[in-house]
Amino acid sequence: MKSRILGIKFFVIITISVLSIRLFSIQIMDTDYQEIANRNVIQKGIEYPYRGLVFDRNGKLLLYNDPVFDLMITPKNVDLSDSLLIKKLLFITQREFDQAYLKARSFSRHLPSIFYKQLSNEKFAAFQDRMRDLEGFNINSRTTRGYAEIGLANILGYVGEVTQNQLNRDTTGYYKSGDNIGITGIEKTYEKSIRGLRGVKYRNVDVQGINMGSFENGAYDTLPQPGQNLVLTIDGALQKYAERLMEGKIGSLVAIDPSSGEILALVSAPSYDPSLLSGRGFSQNFVTIQRDSLKPLFNRPLQAMYPPGSMFKTIQALIALEQDQVQADEIITVNGKLIGDHAPPGKYDMERAITKSSNNYFFKVFRRVIQQGEHLSPFIDSRMGYNKWRDYVLQFGFGKILDIDLPNEKAGFVPSLEFYDKIYGKERWKFSNIYSLSIGQGELLVTPLQMANLGVILANRGYYFTPHLVRKVGAESLDFSQKSFIEIDTGHFESILEGMQALVSVPGSRAYIPDLVFCGKTSTVENPQGLDHSGFMGFAPRNNPKIAIAVYVENAGWGARAALSTASLAIEKYLNGSVKKKWLENYVLKGDFQDAKPE
Amino acid sequence: MRSQNRYQIDTLSVVYFLSLVMLGWINIYAADYDLDGNTPFFDLNQSSTRQLIWIGASFLLIAVIFILDYRFYDSFGYVIWGVSVFFLLAVLFFGKEVAGSTSWFEIGFIKIQPSEFAKIATAIGLAKYLSSQNVGVSYKYKLGISAFLFSIPMGLIIMQGDLGTAMVFGSLILVLFREGLSAKLLFFSFYAVLLFLLTLLIDQWILLFMVLALFLIGLGLFIKNRKALIFIFWLSILSCGLIKSVDFVLNQVLKEHQQLRVMSLINPNADPLGIGWNVMQSKIAIGSGGFMGKGFLKGTQTKFDFVPAQTTDFIFCTVGEEQGWLGATLIMILFGAFFLRLLTIAERQKSRFVRIYGYSVVSIMFFHFAINIAMTIGLFPVIGIPLPFFSYGGSSLLTFTMLLFILLKLDSQRMEQLEH
Repeated sequence: MKSRILGIKFFVIITISVLSIRLFSIQIMDTDYQEIANRNVIQKGIEYPYRGLVFDRNGKLLLYNDPVFDLMITPKNVDLSDSLLIKKLLFITQREFDQAYLKARSFSRHLPSIFYKQLSNEKFAAFQDRMRDLEGFNINSRTTRGYAEIGLANILGYVGEVTQNQLNRDTTGYYKSGDNIGITGIEKTYEKSIRGLRGVKYRNVDVQGINMGSFENGAYDTLPQPGQNLVLTIDGALQKYAERLMEGKIGSLVAIDPSSGEILALVSAPSYDPSLLSGRGFSQNFVTIQRDSLKPLFNRPLQAMYPPGSMFKTIQALIALEQDQVQADEIITVNGKLIGDHAPPGKYDMERAITKSSNNYFFKVFRRVIQQGEHLSPFIDSRMGYNKWRDYVLQFGFGKILDIDLPNEKAGFVPSLEFYDKIYGKERWKFSNIYSLSIGQGELLVTPLQMANLGVILANRGYYFTPHLVRKVGAESLDFSQKSFIEIDTGHFESILEGMQALVSVPGSRAYIPDLVFCGKTSTVENPQGLDHSGFMGFAPRNNPKIAIAVYVENAGWGARAALSTASLAIEKYLNGSVKKKWLENYVLKGDFQDAKPE
Repeated sequence: MRSQNRYQIDTLSVVYFLSLVMLGWINIYAADYDLDGNTPFFDLNQSSTRQLIWIGASFLLIAVIFILDYRFYDSFGYVIWGVSVFFLLAVLFFGKEVAGSTSWFEIGFIKIQPSEFAKIATAIGLAKYLSSQNVGVSYKYKLGISAFLFSIPMGLIIMQGDLGTAMVFGSLILVLFREGLSAKLLFFSFYAVLLFLLTLLIDQWILLFMVLALFLIGLGLFIKNRKALIFIFWLSILSCGLIKSVDFVLNQVLKEHQQLRVMSLINPNADPLGIGWNVMQSKIAIGSGGFMGKGFLKGTQTKFDFVPAQTTDFIFCTVGEEQGWLGATLIMILFGAFFLRLLTIAERQKSRFVRIYGYSVVSIMFFHFAINIAMTIGLFPVIGIPLPFFSYGGSSLLTFTMLLFILLKLDSQRMEQLEH
């Protein structure tokens, strides 16, 4: 019996040892369980950062984050027999209530989900008072983009949820489904600076996924870092005024500070209210805006391409002068028969040709530039002349993008040799085929931005800066001080500027601004589809220029009417802070340029 | 000396008992603790609060046991056993079915589980029978007969559908072993259980092949020993029969929820959200405890309800998760010391009745202890039996208290016991 008693005691001890060894193996040897346990209860949550704020050059807030309030529902806690109050507060029917409730319930009975997106301020206030009576409902706040002004949509752009396509292309691996991303405008170009840095919050969840508080008191959490603020080069007041002037018209206005390349105003008309693409109504509003036949989403200053028209004569003049094909004081007599012309026949020097915009003068000048007589064959001669001419034109920033800090900039078009070869055959074309270029028509295409940049070049007598919209990112000022020079002697500019001044700075004329000497050139751009486009390019003041400007108003006829009037008002507004010529302002705002009396 | 020892209660056992109950309560409190921190101190919705009431009740019960004359259990041994069998029968007809088992009487708000009482009654009945005078029956024969005393309640409880509790009665074979049951029989019992578990774990055809291989090896080794050959032959036949019958029992006899429990032992990962969920989550909770554990009230798996039945059958998860390997092992050592102490008490009795009863108490409690922990760490199917003194629940606490204190009462008056 003794051995049996011992055996039984031994059995007890052995059993406990076996259990203890087994515990040792799962608790200490096997670390998997620790990991699985963490996966069980620790849930990683993303804390979304605030996007950076955007200010204008004078520190005026343009773009901020707007808190919005969503009504959340936790179906498990809702007393369905008592839905009267919620329906009353939201102004919804029983059917709508049921739909929203069932949708939330099918997501989860235990976890909160959105019951009603973006409560209006009035509804939010009403809810705040009654929250205690609403078991199972709570309010969740988040932010959407808020806009201080209705305008600037084409500059600021909008944000939206990142798409699967963007996720696939994102090589940095930063974006996760559900993130917001800048879709266009500076929201897109400066996305990396403006988006901030996501924070991570670890929290405990129970078996049903219900939040049980922060993990380890937040020891592993990282706070979201708000995005960097941007300071734009835009002058808010000028932009707003220019947008008002362009209201009801189709076209663009671009104003640049010639001393820096900073864009002061960038108007695309027609535009849209940017707040429509922020928050609750995004998808619905987007479709409406996208279907608008006037294409409000089309950023005209960068994307619309027109022939430059007479404004291009300034470049023709400079290239001819630089190539010594004409002298500024050389008198050229024209009979007005080479090409259709609004300028009278007679004697022209460079200044008068610019002021009067003589087509025949520039026809002759351009012929000299193209056919310089360096080859016996007029075809080869034209080819050589054209190639040189084209090199100059490209230097002015045409036919290529200027690399503005906005997406989707268009390059315009300056025909290449190959282009003409294709149309006419190699060495089968000469000046007579391309003479339209002399007056800025033909195959040439430019953007309003490029024309404003031409204003900058003329203002600076030979160089420009990369046009840009953002001055400062966070505390760091961006460097755009690199000058792009055009290989044209500074001396050649004066006669042209003289002519431009004589066009616009004449007392009694529509564009005249007292005590201001400025320069400009108009275009009446031929439009085979309808009424001609009205164009203007210039800068002010002539000495020590502060603003270069280009305006295109589609189907508005004479350049000297719609575009020049608009530009003159914008210049006066920017330089003087206010506009004295109310009659001109009313004329532009009315927008009925056909009935205006001719000059 | 003699008068000094009268009414001498075994202090050490009482200390063990109080320690276990206290540690158990602390772990129930931890398992039930609401991390929000607003767990009220006295709230009847909390298991820990209700357990306090049950602990109070068990102290009352102890008082009653000590007031009752010690001769009561011996004298009424058969009556007690008979009453319990009557109730086990009655519950089959009048009981309330809960989760596939018909093991409860419900009278108003009071719920009575006759199978709990049967544990005590069977221990007493068995002790009574084995300690009675042998009248014309050989002792070996008597041991065989005694098996009926626990086989009958066991069978009735299986009929109730409570396989786990029924298995508890099987542990009384240990008592028979102490009282002279042949070691071979005990060996066969263990062999059968081992083979049973192997059948669950390994494909039956592989097992049958292994039995055949062993048979051939044995044939070669004992070619000249005719007795051994006969033994090996019969053992192999029985093994094959057992393997085939386990398959039959598993698929034909066991109810679906019991099948699932057995299956989940084999591969808890195969069905993490089904029945295997319990075992998976239990192992995760315990496994994540590490060496020192996560600390009191800091267990996440148990707090956030990943482990089911965490205050009752799976209370050991809280121990494992919060106190780690060290705490769990220390608690098992405490249990071990407690069991060894009870064995010592049983052995020091002059009365065979008390000794046999003592062994029955240890067998029943030890079985609960070992199987409960084994099932929480995936060594045994989840059969739903509580951990003595730890698991929440009035029935089990009162049953174990009664089992223990009847022994301590009898022991305290062992000098007055007559030697049979």
